[in-house]
Amino acid sequence: MGNALLQYATVLMLSIFVGIEIISKVPSILHTPLMSGSNAIHGVIVVGSMLILGAANTNLEEVLGFLAVLLGTLNVVGGFVVTDRMLEMFKPKAKSAPKNTDEVAP
Amino acid sequence: MSRETLIDLLYLFSATTFVLALKGLGSPKRARYGNVVAAFGMLVAVVATFFKYVDGHPLHHVGLILLAMLIGVLIAVPVARFVKMTAMPQLVAIFNGVGGGAACLVSITEFVHIKSSHPATYVILEVLLGVLIGTVSFSGSAIAFAKLQELMTGRPVTYPGQQVINALVGAASLVLIVIILVTGSEVLLWILLLLAFVLGIAFVLPIGGADVPVLISLLNAFTGLAVAASGFTLGSNLLIVAGTLVGASGILLTRMMSKAMGRSLSNVLFSAFGSVITASGDTTRDDGRSVRSGSPEDAGVMLNYASRVVIIPGYGLAVAQAQHVVRELAEELEHKGIEVFFAIHPVAGRMPGHMNVLLAEANVPYEQLIEMDEANAELATADVALVVGANDTVNPAAVDDKTSPIYGMPIIHADLAENVLFLKRSMRPGFAGIENELLYNPKTTLIFGDAKDTLTKILATVKTG
Repeated sequence: MGNALLQYATVLMLSIFVGIEIISKVPSILHTPLMSGSNAIHGVIVVGSMLILGAANTNLEEVLGFLAVLLGTLNVVGGFVVTDRMLEMFKPKAKSAPKNTDEVAP
Repeated sequence: MSRETLIDLLYLFSATTFVLALKGLGSPKRARYGNVVAAFGMLVAVVATFFKYVDGHPLHHVGLILLAMLIGVLIAVPVARFVKMTAMPQLVAIFNGVGGGAACLVSITEFVHIKSSHPATYVILEVLLGVLIGTVSFSGSAIAFAKLQELMTGRPVTYPGQQVINALVGAASLVLIVIILVTGSEVLLWILLLLAFVLGIAFVLPIGGADVPVLISLLNAFTGLAVAASGFTLGSNLLIVAGTLVGASGILLTRMMSKAMGRSLSNVLFSAFGSVITASGDTTRDDGRSVRSGSPEDAGVMLNYASRVVIIPGYGLAVAQAQHVVRELAEELEHKGIEVFFAIHPVAGRMPGHMNVLLAEANVPYEQLIEMDEANAELATADVALVVGANDTVNPAAVDDKTSPIYGMPIIHADLAENVLFLKRSMRPGFAGIENELLYNPKTTLIFGDAKDTLTKILATVKTG
Protein backbone atom coordinates (compact mmCIF):
# COMPACT_ATOMS: atom_id res chain seq x y z
CA MET A 1 0.00 0.00 0.00
CA GLY A 2 1.82 3.06 -1.25
CA ASN A 3 1.74 6.72 -0.47
CA ALA A 4 -0.41 7.31 -3.53
CA LEU A 5 -3.21 5.21 -2.08
CA LEU A 6 -3.05 7.15 1.20
CA GLN A 7 -3.19 10.41 -0.68
CA TYR A 8 -6.27 9.24 -2.64
CA ALA A 9 -7.92 8.08 0.58
CA THR A 10 -7.32 11.52 2.08
CA VAL A 11 -8.93 13.19 -0.92
CA LEU A 12 -11.82 10.75 -0.63
CA MET A 13 -12.48 11.51 3.02
CA LEU A 14 -12.31 15.26 2.58
CA SER A 15 -14.57 15.11 -0.47
CA ILE A 16 -17.18 13.19 1.50
CA PHE A 17 -17.37 15.96 4.07
CA VAL A 18 -17.40 18.72 1.48
CA GLY A 19 -20.15 16.89 -0.42
CA ILE A 20 -22.33 16.66 2.66
CA GLU A 21 -21.58 20.20 3.82
CA ILE A 22 -22.31 22.08 0.60
CA ILE A 23 -25.77 20.68 0.00
CA SER A 24 -27.12 20.60 3.51
CA LYS A 25 -29.09 23.83 3.07
CA VAL A 26 -30.77 23.33 -0.27
CA PRO A 27 -34.44 24.37 -0.50
CA SER A 28 -36.59 21.43 -1.64
CA ILE A 29 -37.61 23.24 -4.82
CA LEU A 30 -34.06 22.90 -6.07
CA HIS A 31 -33.77 19.19 -5.34
CA THR A 32 -34.49 18.14 -8.90
CA PRO A 33 -32.05 20.60 -10.52
CA LEU A 34 -29.46 19.64 -7.92
CA MET A 35 -29.87 15.96 -8.68
CA SER A 36 -29.61 16.69 -12.38
CA GLY A 37 -26.61 18.95 -11.90
CA SER A 38 -24.71 16.41 -9.85
CA ASN A 39 -25.67 13.83 -12.46
CA ALA A 40 -23.79 15.97 -14.99
CA ILE A 41 -20.79 16.30 -12.68
CA HIS A 42 -20.26 12.55 -12.40
CA GLY A 43 -20.07 12.71 -16.18
CA VAL A 44 -16.43 13.54 -15.49
CA ILE A 45 -16.05 9.79 -16.08
CA VAL A 46 -15.60 10.88 -19.70
CA VAL A 47 -12.08 11.99 -18.70
CA GLY A 48 -11.37 8.50 -17.37
CA SER A 49 -12.82 7.03 -20.55
CA MET A 50 -10.48 9.15 -22.69
CA LEU A 51 -7.47 7.90 -20.74
CA ILE A 52 -8.67 4.30 -21.16
CA LEU A 53 -9.20 4.57 -24.90
CA GLY A 54 -5.99 6.57 -25.22
CA ALA A 55 -4.04 3.71 -23.65
CA ALA A 56 -5.84 0.88 -25.44
CA ASN A 57 -3.56 -1.79 -26.95
CA THR A 58 -5.99 -4.51 -28.03
CA ASN A 59 -9.20 -4.55 -30.03
CA LEU A 60 -11.19 -5.45 -26.93
CA GLU A 61 -9.83 -2.44 -25.07
CA GLU A 62 -10.54 -0.21 -28.07
CA VAL A 63 -14.17 -1.33 -28.31
CA LEU A 64 -14.79 -1.00 -24.57
CA GLY A 65 -12.98 2.34 -24.44
CA PHE A 66 -14.92 3.69 -27.40
CA LEU A 67 -18.20 2.73 -25.74
CA ALA A 68 -17.04 4.29 -22.47
CA VAL A 69 -16.25 7.63 -24.16
CA LEU A 70 -19.59 7.55 -25.95
CA LEU A 71 -21.59 6.81 -22.78
CA GLY A 72 -19.56 9.31 -20.76
CA THR A 73 -20.22 12.03 -23.33
CA LEU A 74 -23.94 11.28 -23.25
CA ASN A 75 -23.88 11.59 -19.48
CA VAL A 76 -21.95 14.83 -19.30
CA VAL A 77 -23.52 16.68 -22.24
CA GLY A 78 -27.07 15.48 -21.58
CA GLY A 79 -26.69 16.22 -17.89
CA PHE A 80 -25.60 19.82 -18.31
CA VAL A 81 -28.11 20.62 -21.05
CA VAL A 82 -31.05 19.20 -19.09
CA THR A 83 -30.01 21.04 -15.94
CA ASP A 84 -29.63 24.28 -17.83
CA ARG A 85 -33.06 23.82 -19.33
CA MET A 86 -34.59 23.28 -15.90
CA LEU A 87 -32.86 26.29 -14.38
CA GLU A 88 -33.68 28.53 -17.32
CA MET A 89 -37.21 28.44 -15.96
CA PHE A 90 -36.42 29.89 -12.59
CA LYS A 91 -36.63 33.41 -13.89
CA PRO A 92 -37.21 36.30 -11.53
CA LYS A 93 -40.65 37.88 -11.72
CA ALA A 94 -40.94 40.01 -14.86
CA LYS A 95 -43.85 42.10 -13.67
CA SER A 96 -42.85 45.16 -15.67
CA ALA A 97 -43.41 43.31 -18.92
CA PRO A 98 -46.73 44.25 -20.50
CA LYS A 99 -49.49 41.68 -20.21
CA ASN A 100 -50.63 39.80 -23.27
CA THR A 101 -52.58 41.92 -25.68
CA ASP A 102 -55.64 39.67 -25.57
CA GLU A 103 -58.64 41.49 -24.26
CA VAL A 104 -60.00 40.87 -20.82
CA ALA A 105 -63.77 41.19 -20.69
CA PRO A 106 -64.73 43.94 -18.31
CA MET B 1 6.43 23.82 -15.03
CA SER B 2 6.18 20.38 -16.55
CA ARG B 3 3.30 19.34 -18.75
CA GLU B 4 1.93 16.92 -16.15
CA THR B 5 1.95 19.55 -13.41
CA LEU B 6 0.08 21.98 -15.62
CA ILE B 7 -2.55 19.37 -16.46
CA ASP B 8 -2.92 18.50 -12.78
CA LEU B 9 -3.40 22.18 -11.96
CA LEU B 10 -6.12 22.42 -14.59
CA TYR B 11 -7.76 19.35 -13.04
CA LEU B 12 -7.59 21.07 -9.67
CA PHE B 13 -9.31 24.06 -11.23
CA SER B 14 -12.05 21.76 -12.60
CA ALA B 15 -12.56 20.07 -9.24
CA THR B 16 -12.96 23.51 -7.67
CA THR B 17 -15.60 24.50 -10.20
CA PHE B 18 -17.56 21.34 -9.31
CA VAL B 19 -17.61 22.30 -5.64
CA LEU B 20 -18.67 25.85 -6.51
CA ALA B 21 -21.32 24.50 -8.86
CA LEU B 22 -22.90 22.24 -6.24
CA LYS B 23 -22.88 25.17 -3.86
CA GLY B 24 -24.50 27.42 -6.46
CA LEU B 25 -27.16 24.84 -7.27
CA GLY B 26 -28.39 25.23 -3.71
CA SER B 27 -29.61 28.77 -4.25
CA PRO B 28 -32.29 29.81 -6.75
CA LYS B 29 -30.40 32.92 -7.83
CA ARG B 30 -27.04 31.29 -8.49
CA ALA B 31 -28.18 27.86 -9.62
CA ARG B 32 -27.93 28.47 -13.34
CA TYR B 33 -24.60 30.18 -12.96
CA GLY B 34 -23.41 27.20 -10.93
CA ASN B 35 -24.32 24.80 -13.69
CA VAL B 36 -22.49 26.89 -16.31
CA VAL B 37 -19.42 27.05 -14.08
CA ALA B 38 -19.36 23.26 -13.77
CA ALA B 39 -19.80 22.85 -17.52
CA PHE B 40 -16.85 25.16 -18.11
CA GLY B 41 -14.74 23.27 -15.59
CA MET B 42 -15.66 20.03 -17.36
CA LEU B 43 -14.61 21.47 -20.73
CA VAL B 44 -11.26 22.51 -19.28
CA ALA B 45 -10.73 18.99 -17.89
CA VAL B 46 -11.60 17.32 -21.19
CA VAL B 47 -9.35 19.61 -23.25
CA ALA B 48 -6.47 19.19 -20.78
CA THR B 49 -6.84 15.40 -21.00
CA PHE B 50 -6.08 15.46 -24.72
CA PHE B 51 -2.56 16.61 -23.83
CA LYS B 52 -1.99 14.00 -21.17
CA TYR B 53 0.51 11.16 -21.46
CA VAL B 54 -0.58 7.63 -20.55
CA ASP B 55 1.90 4.78 -20.11
CA GLY B 56 4.59 7.22 -21.22
CA HIS B 57 3.15 8.16 -24.59
CA PRO B 58 0.60 10.74 -25.81
CA LEU B 59 -3.02 9.55 -26.11
CA HIS B 60 -3.58 6.97 -28.82
CA HIS B 61 -6.78 6.86 -30.85
CA VAL B 62 -7.47 10.59 -30.63
CA GLY B 63 -9.61 10.26 -33.77
CA LEU B 64 -11.72 7.53 -32.15
CA ILE B 65 -12.11 9.63 -29.00
CA LEU B 66 -13.35 12.59 -31.02
CA LEU B 67 -15.67 10.37 -33.04
CA ALA B 68 -17.24 8.85 -29.89
CA MET B 69 -17.66 12.33 -28.43
CA LEU B 70 -19.23 13.64 -31.61
CA ILE B 71 -21.77 10.81 -31.65
CA GLY B 72 -22.48 11.41 -27.98
CA VAL B 73 -23.09 15.13 -28.48
CA LEU B 74 -25.27 14.54 -31.54
CA ILE B 75 -27.50 12.21 -29.50
CA ALA B 76 -27.49 13.97 -26.14
CA VAL B 77 -28.17 17.57 -27.14
CA PRO B 78 -31.39 17.06 -29.14
CA VAL B 79 -32.71 14.55 -26.59
CA ALA B 80 -31.99 16.88 -23.67
CA ARG B 81 -33.36 19.92 -25.49
CA PHE B 82 -36.58 18.59 -26.89
CA VAL B 83 -37.91 16.02 -24.46
CA LYS B 84 -41.05 17.25 -22.70
CA MET B 85 -40.66 18.70 -19.22
CA THR B 86 -42.97 16.04 -17.79
CA ALA B 87 -40.48 13.41 -18.95
CA MET B 88 -37.65 15.02 -17.00
CA PRO B 89 -37.31 12.32 -14.31
CA GLN B 90 -36.79 9.48 -16.79
CA LEU B 91 -34.33 11.63 -18.72
CA VAL B 92 -32.23 12.12 -15.60
CA ALA B 93 -32.51 8.36 -15.01
CA ILE B 94 -31.17 7.51 -18.44
CA PHE B 95 -28.29 10.01 -18.36
CA ASN B 96 -27.39 8.66 -14.96
CA GLY B 97 -27.52 5.08 -16.21
CA VAL B 98 -25.10 5.70 -19.07
CA GLY B 99 -22.72 7.35 -16.62
CA GLY B 100 -22.80 4.20 -14.50
CA GLY B 101 -22.22 2.16 -17.64
CA ALA B 102 -19.21 4.29 -18.56
CA ALA B 103 -17.72 3.91 -15.08
CA CYS B 104 -18.14 0.14 -15.30
CA LEU B 105 -16.50 0.02 -18.75
CA VAL B 106 -13.58 2.13 -17.54
CA SER B 107 -13.00 -0.27 -14.64
CA ILE B 108 -13.24 -3.39 -16.82
CA THR B 109 -10.95 -2.02 -19.50
CA GLU B 110 -8.39 -0.97 -16.95
CA PHE B 111 -8.48 -4.49 -15.52
CA VAL B 112 -7.90 -6.01 -18.97
CA HIS B 113 -5.13 -3.47 -19.55
CA ILE B 114 -3.16 -4.05 -16.36
CA LYS B 115 -3.84 -7.71 -15.54
CA SER B 116 -0.62 -8.93 -17.21
CA SER B 117 1.42 -6.75 -14.85
CA HIS B 118 0.03 -8.50 -11.73
CA PRO B 119 -1.54 -5.47 -10.04
CA ALA B 120 -1.80 -5.21 -6.26
CA THR B 121 -4.87 -6.65 -4.57
CA TYR B 122 -6.26 -3.25 -3.64
CA VAL B 123 -6.13 -2.17 -7.29
CA ILE B 124 -8.23 -5.19 -8.26
CA LEU B 125 -10.64 -4.41 -5.42
CA GLU B 126 -11.12 -0.87 -6.78
CA VAL B 127 -11.78 -2.29 -10.23
CA LEU B 128 -14.33 -4.78 -8.92
CA LEU B 129 -16.16 -2.15 -6.87
CA GLY B 130 -16.31 0.10 -9.93
CA VAL B 131 -17.75 -2.75 -12.00
CA LEU B 132 -20.28 -3.77 -9.35
CA ILE B 133 -21.58 -0.31 -8.47
CA GLY B 134 -21.47 1.05 -12.00
CA THR B 135 -23.40 -1.90 -13.40
CA VAL B 136 -26.04 -1.85 -10.68
CA SER B 137 -26.53 1.84 -11.42
CA PHE B 138 -26.75 1.13 -15.15
CA SER B 139 -29.32 -1.68 -15.08
CA GLY B 140 -31.23 -0.13 -12.17
CA SER B 141 -31.56 3.15 -14.05
CA ALA B 142 -32.77 1.29 -17.12
CA ILE B 143 -35.60 -0.29 -15.14
CA ALA B 144 -36.38 3.05 -13.46
CA PHE B 145 -36.57 4.60 -16.92
CA ALA B 146 -38.91 1.84 -18.12
CA LYS B 147 -41.17 2.37 -15.11
CA LEU B 148 -41.40 6.14 -15.52
CA GLN B 149 -41.78 5.94 -19.29
CA GLU B 150 -44.56 3.39 -18.66
CA LEU B 151 -42.86 0.79 -20.80
CA MET B 152 -43.66 -1.52 -17.89
CA THR B 153 -45.98 -1.35 -14.91
CA GLY B 154 -45.24 1.41 -12.41
CA ARG B 155 -46.48 -0.83 -9.60
CA PRO B 156 -44.01 -2.82 -7.54
CA VAL B 157 -43.19 -6.16 -9.12
CA THR B 158 -43.09 -8.77 -6.42
CA TYR B 159 -42.79 -12.55 -6.26
CA PRO B 160 -42.47 -15.00 -3.39
CA GLY B 161 -39.09 -15.04 -1.72
CA GLN B 162 -38.02 -11.88 -3.53
CA GLN B 163 -36.04 -10.40 -0.68
CA VAL B 164 -34.28 -13.70 -0.02
CA ILE B 165 -33.36 -14.05 -3.70
CA ASN B 166 -32.10 -10.46 -3.86
CA ALA B 167 -30.05 -11.00 -0.73
CA LEU B 168 -28.58 -14.17 -2.25
CA VAL B 169 -27.63 -12.40 -5.48
CA GLY B 170 -26.01 -9.62 -3.46
CA ALA B 171 -24.13 -12.11 -1.28
CA ALA B 172 -23.05 -14.09 -4.35
CA SER B 173 -21.58 -10.90 -5.86
CA LEU B 174 -19.54 -10.25 -2.72
CA VAL B 175 -18.30 -13.85 -2.60
CA LEU B 176 -17.34 -13.60 -6.26
CA ILE B 177 -15.38 -10.43 -5.54
CA VAL B 178 -13.38 -12.24 -2.89
CA ILE B 179 -12.69 -15.15 -5.26
CA ILE B 180 -11.53 -12.81 -8.03
CA LEU B 181 -9.29 -10.97 -5.55
CA VAL B 182 -7.59 -14.26 -4.73
CA THR B 183 -7.42 -15.77 -8.20
CA GLY B 184 -7.32 -12.67 -10.43
CA SER B 185 -9.52 -14.55 -12.92
CA GLU B 186 -10.78 -12.55 -15.89
CA VAL B 187 -13.58 -15.01 -16.69
CA LEU B 188 -15.06 -14.51 -13.23
CA LEU B 189 -14.97 -10.75 -13.82
CA TRP B 190 -17.44 -11.16 -16.67
CA ILE B 191 -19.64 -13.33 -14.44
CA LEU B 192 -19.55 -10.59 -11.80
CA LEU B 193 -20.64 -8.14 -14.49
CA LEU B 194 -23.62 -10.35 -15.30
CA LEU B 195 -24.50 -10.82 -11.66
CA ALA B 196 -24.34 -7.07 -11.00
CA PHE B 197 -26.60 -6.49 -13.96
CA VAL B 198 -29.20 -8.89 -12.52
CA LEU B 199 -28.78 -7.33 -9.08
CA GLY B 200 -29.59 -3.84 -10.40
CA ILE B 201 -32.79 -5.10 -12.00
CA ALA B 202 -33.84 -7.20 -9.01
CA PHE B 203 -33.18 -4.27 -6.67
CA VAL B 204 -35.41 -1.87 -8.60
CA LEU B 205 -38.33 -4.14 -9.58
CA PRO B 206 -40.12 -4.08 -6.19
CA ILE B 207 -39.97 -0.29 -5.94
CA GLY B 208 -43.24 1.43 -6.84
CA GLY B 209 -43.52 4.22 -9.39
CA ALA B 210 -44.13 6.90 -6.76
CA ASP B 211 -40.82 6.09 -5.12
CA VAL B 212 -38.74 5.93 -8.27
CA PRO B 213 -37.47 9.53 -7.91
CA VAL B 214 -35.89 8.63 -4.56
CA LEU B 215 -34.40 5.62 -6.26
CA ILE B 216 -32.97 7.70 -9.11
CA SER B 217 -31.34 9.97 -6.59
CA LEU B 218 -29.80 6.92 -4.91
CA LEU B 219 -28.60 5.49 -8.22
CA ASN B 220 -27.14 8.91 -9.02
CA ALA B 221 -25.13 8.66 -5.81
CA PHE B 222 -24.09 5.11 -6.79
CA THR B 223 -22.76 6.32 -10.13
CA GLY B 224 -20.79 8.96 -8.26
CA LEU B 225 -19.23 6.25 -6.10
CA ALA B 226 -18.48 4.10 -9.15
CA VAL B 227 -16.72 7.10 -10.73
CA ALA B 228 -14.72 7.59 -7.53
CA ALA B 229 -13.72 3.89 -7.66
CA SER B 230 -12.55 4.36 -11.25
CA GLY B 231 -10.62 7.39 -10.04
CA PHE B 232 -8.74 5.18 -7.57
CA THR B 233 -7.92 2.67 -10.31
CA LEU B 234 -6.72 5.32 -12.75
CA GLY B 235 -5.01 7.36 -10.04
CA SER B 236 -7.03 10.46 -10.85
CA ASN B 237 -7.77 12.94 -8.10
CA LEU B 238 -10.27 14.68 -10.35
CA LEU B 239 -12.44 11.58 -10.68
CA ILE B 240 -12.16 10.82 -6.98
CA VAL B 241 -13.21 14.34 -5.97
CA ALA B 242 -16.08 14.65 -8.46
CA GLY B 243 -17.37 11.12 -7.87
CA THR B 244 -17.21 11.39 -4.11
CA LEU B 245 -18.89 14.81 -4.07
CA VAL B 246 -21.78 13.38 -6.05
CA GLY B 247 -21.86 10.19 -4.00
CA ALA B 248 -21.92 11.93 -0.63
CA SER B 249 -24.30 14.73 -1.57
CA GLY B 250 -26.48 12.27 -3.48
CA ILE B 251 -26.95 10.02 -0.48
CA LEU B 252 -27.84 13.03 1.65
CA LEU B 253 -30.27 14.25 -1.00
CA THR B 254 -31.85 10.79 -1.15
CA ARG B 255 -32.42 10.87 2.59
CA MET B 256 -33.95 14.35 2.37
CA MET B 257 -36.34 13.13 -0.29
CA SER B 258 -37.56 10.12 1.62
CA LYS B 259 -37.90 12.30 4.70
CA ALA B 260 -40.14 14.64 2.71
CA MET B 261 -42.39 11.62 2.18
CA GLY B 262 -42.31 10.85 5.87
CA ARG B 263 -40.63 7.51 5.33
CA SER B 264 -37.26 6.01 5.95
CA LEU B 265 -34.99 5.09 3.08
CA SER B 266 -35.14 1.38 3.91
CA ASN B 267 -38.91 1.60 3.89
CA VAL B 268 -38.79 3.08 0.40
CA LEU B 269 -36.37 0.48 -0.88
CA PHE B 270 -37.67 -2.73 0.65
CA SER B 271 -41.36 -2.45 1.45
CA ALA B 272 -42.89 -2.75 -2.07
CA PHE B 273 -44.98 0.27 -1.13
CA GLY B 274 -48.22 0.77 -3.04
CA SER B 275 -48.70 -2.82 -4.14
CA VAL B 276 -52.10 -2.97 -2.44
CA ILE B 277 -54.75 -1.48 -4.65
CA THR B 278 -58.02 -0.28 -3.21
CA ALA B 279 -59.48 1.21 -6.36
CA SER B 280 -63.15 1.86 -6.69
CA GLY B 281 -64.98 2.96 -9.78
CA ASP B 282 -68.15 4.63 -8.52
CA THR B 283 -68.93 7.93 -6.94
CA THR B 284 -70.89 6.14 -4.24
CA ARG B 285 -69.15 3.82 -1.83
CA ASP B 286 -70.55 0.66 -0.31
CA ASP B 287 -71.04 2.36 3.01
CA GLY B 288 -73.41 4.79 1.36
CA ARG B 289 -71.22 7.85 1.61
CA SER B 290 -71.48 10.01 -1.43
CA VAL B 291 -69.44 12.82 -2.79
CA ARG B 292 -70.61 16.20 -3.93
CA SER B 293 -69.79 17.06 -7.49
CA GLY B 294 -70.22 20.31 -9.34
CA SER B 295 -69.71 21.88 -12.73
CA PRO B 296 -66.74 24.00 -13.78
CA GLU B 297 -69.11 26.97 -13.88
CA ASP B 298 -69.92 26.49 -10.18
CA ALA B 299 -66.22 26.45 -9.49
CA GLY B 300 -65.67 29.63 -11.50
CA VAL B 301 -68.36 31.44 -9.55
CA MET B 302 -66.92 30.24 -6.25
CA LEU B 303 -63.47 31.50 -7.20
CA ASN B 304 -64.88 34.87 -8.19
CA TYR B 305 -66.27 35.35 -4.71
CA ALA B 306 -63.05 34.34 -3.01
CA SER B 307 -60.45 36.78 -1.78
CA ARG B 308 -57.71 34.23 -1.19
CA VAL B 309 -57.12 31.13 -3.28
CA VAL B 310 -54.52 28.43 -2.80
CA ILE B 311 -53.89 26.20 -5.78
CA ILE B 312 -52.52 22.75 -4.96
CA PRO B 313 -51.06 21.18 -8.08
CA GLY B 314 -50.03 17.57 -8.50
CA TYR B 315 -48.71 15.32 -11.18
CA GLY B 316 -52.17 15.12 -12.82
CA LEU B 317 -51.74 18.77 -13.76
CA ALA B 318 -48.59 17.92 -15.65
CA VAL B 319 -50.11 14.87 -17.32
CA ALA B 320 -53.01 16.98 -18.58
CA GLN B 321 -50.50 19.64 -19.75
CA ALA B 322 -52.62 22.13 -17.83
CA GLN B 323 -49.82 24.23 -16.32
CA HIS B 324 -50.32 27.06 -18.81
CA VAL B 325 -54.08 27.24 -18.25
CA VAL B 326 -53.62 27.23 -14.50
CA ARG B 327 -51.14 30.11 -14.81
CA GLU B 328 -53.70 32.06 -16.90
CA LEU B 329 -56.34 31.37 -14.29
CA ALA B 330 -54.02 32.59 -11.53
CA GLU B 331 -53.24 35.76 -13.49
CA GLU B 332 -56.91 36.41 -14.11
CA LEU B 333 -57.73 36.00 -10.42
CA GLU B 334 -54.86 38.28 -9.39
CA HIS B 335 -56.10 40.80 -11.92
CA LYS B 336 -59.37 40.84 -10.02
CA GLY B 337 -57.56 41.50 -6.78
CA ILE B 338 -57.76 37.95 -5.50
CA GLU B 339 -54.64 36.66 -3.76
CA VAL B 340 -53.32 33.48 -5.34
CA PHE B 341 -50.68 31.06 -4.11
CA PHE B 342 -49.42 27.76 -5.41
CA ALA B 343 -48.85 25.32 -2.58
CA ILE B 344 -46.07 22.97 -3.51
CA HIS B 345 -45.71 19.72 -1.67
CA PRO B 346 -42.07 18.62 -1.54
CA VAL B 347 -42.84 15.48 -3.53
CA ALA B 348 -45.53 16.88 -5.82
CA GLY B 349 -44.99 15.63 -9.33
CA ARG B 350 -42.62 12.74 -9.62
CA MET B 351 -39.50 14.29 -8.20
CA PRO B 352 -38.95 16.76 -5.43
CA GLY B 353 -39.05 20.19 -7.02
CA HIS B 354 -40.52 18.75 -10.23
CA MET B 355 -43.69 20.79 -9.85
CA ASN B 356 -41.72 24.00 -9.43
CA VAL B 357 -39.93 23.29 -12.67
CA LEU B 358 -43.19 22.65 -14.51
CA LEU B 359 -44.86 25.78 -13.15
CA ALA B 360 -41.79 27.89 -13.78
CA GLU B 361 -41.89 26.65 -17.36
CA ALA B 362 -45.42 28.02 -17.58
CA ASN B 363 -44.13 31.39 -16.30
CA VAL B 364 -45.74 31.24 -12.89
CA PRO B 365 -43.75 33.80 -10.89
CA TYR B 366 -41.38 32.26 -8.40
CA GLU B 367 -42.87 34.36 -5.58
CA GLN B 368 -46.28 32.71 -5.91
CA LEU B 369 -44.87 29.27 -5.20
CA ILE B 370 -44.94 28.53 -1.50
CA GLU B 371 -43.68 25.48 0.31
CA MET B 372 -45.75 23.15 2.40
CA ASP B 373 -45.40 24.73 5.86
CA GLU B 374 -46.11 28.21 4.61
CA ALA B 375 -48.97 26.83 2.53
CA ASN B 376 -50.61 25.27 5.56
CA ALA B 377 -50.48 28.62 7.33
CA GLU B 378 -52.05 30.36 4.32
CA LEU B 379 -54.73 27.70 3.91
CA ALA B 380 -56.21 28.44 7.33
CA THR B 381 -57.36 31.82 6.04
CA ALA B 382 -58.02 30.82 2.44
CA ASP B 383 -61.50 30.81 0.94
CA VAL B 384 -60.81 28.19 -1.68
CA ALA B 385 -58.28 25.42 -2.00
CA LEU B 386 -58.12 24.33 -5.62
CA VAL B 387 -56.67 20.84 -5.90
CA VAL B 388 -55.55 20.08 -9.44
CA GLY B 389 -54.26 16.60 -10.15
CA ALA B 390 -52.92 16.08 -6.63
CA ASN B 391 -54.19 13.29 -4.43
CA ASP B 392 -51.88 11.55 -1.98
CA THR B 393 -50.26 14.84 -0.97
CA VAL B 394 -53.59 16.15 0.37
CA ASN B 395 -54.83 12.87 1.81
CA PRO B 396 -55.79 13.28 5.50
CA ALA B 397 -55.22 9.55 6.01
CA ALA B 398 -51.54 10.42 6.30
CA VAL B 399 -52.42 12.23 9.53
CA ASP B 400 -55.17 10.19 11.14
CA ASP B 401 -55.15 6.65 9.76
CA LYS B 402 -52.41 4.62 11.37
CA THR B 403 -53.09 1.67 9.08
CA SER B 404 -52.61 3.72 5.93
CA PRO B 405 -49.39 3.09 4.02
CA ILE B 406 -48.78 6.83 3.78
CA TYR B 407 -49.32 7.40 7.51
CA GLY B 408 -46.76 9.91 8.73
CA MET B 409 -46.20 11.66 5.43
CA PRO B 410 -46.54 15.42 5.86
CA ILE B 411 -49.43 16.71 3.76
CA ILE B 412 -50.92 19.97 2.59
CA HIS B 413 -54.04 20.51 4.67
CA ALA B 414 -56.44 21.50 1.93
CA ASP B 415 -59.34 20.86 4.33
CA LEU B 416 -58.33 23.91 6.40
CA ALA B 417 -59.68 26.17 3.67
CA GLU B 418 -63.29 27.31 3.66
CA ASN B 419 -64.01 25.33 0.49
CA VAL B 420 -62.16 22.68 -1.42
CA LEU B 421 -62.45 22.35 -5.18
CA PHE B 422 -61.09 18.98 -6.18
CA LEU B 423 -60.41 18.57 -9.89
CA LYS B 424 -60.28 14.91 -10.71
CA ARG B 425 -60.36 12.70 -13.75
CA SER B 426 -62.22 9.88 -12.01
CA MET B 427 -62.65 8.34 -8.59
CA ARG B 428 -59.49 6.31 -9.10
CA PRO B 429 -57.05 6.62 -6.22
CA GLY B 430 -53.68 8.29 -6.62
CA PHE B 431 -50.24 6.92 -7.32
CA ALA B 432 -49.97 5.27 -3.93
CA GLY B 433 -53.25 3.46 -4.58
CA ILE B 434 -55.11 4.58 -1.46
CA GLU B 435 -58.58 5.98 -0.88
CA ASN B 436 -58.74 9.72 -0.13
CA GLU B 437 -61.03 10.83 2.71
CA LEU B 438 -60.86 14.41 1.54
CA LEU B 439 -63.20 13.51 -1.33
CA TYR B 440 -65.99 12.81 1.18
CA ASN B 441 -65.42 15.95 3.23
CA PRO B 442 -68.57 18.13 3.23
CA LYS B 443 -66.41 21.12 2.27
CA THR B 444 -65.30 19.39 -0.89
CA THR B 445 -66.80 19.86 -4.32
CA LEU B 446 -65.55 17.46 -6.96
CA ILE B 447 -65.26 18.53 -10.55
CA PHE B 448 -64.78 15.58 -12.83
CA GLY B 449 -63.03 15.76 -16.15
CA ASP B 450 -59.72 16.39 -17.80
CA ALA B 451 -57.85 19.01 -15.79
CA LYS B 452 -57.08 21.14 -18.82
CA ASP B 453 -60.69 21.20 -20.11
CA THR B 454 -62.07 21.88 -16.67
CA LEU B 455 -59.62 24.70 -15.99
CA THR B 456 -60.35 26.26 -19.39
CA LYS B 457 -64.07 26.27 -18.55
CA ILE B 458 -63.41 27.68 -15.08
CA LEU B 459 -61.25 30.39 -16.59
CA ALA B 460 -64.03 31.33 -19.03
CA THR B 461 -66.51 31.65 -16.15
CA VAL B 462 -64.09 33.69 -14.06
CA LYS B 463 -63.50 36.07 -16.99
CA THR B 464 -67.19 36.74 -17.52
CA GLY B 465 -68.02 36.88 -13.82
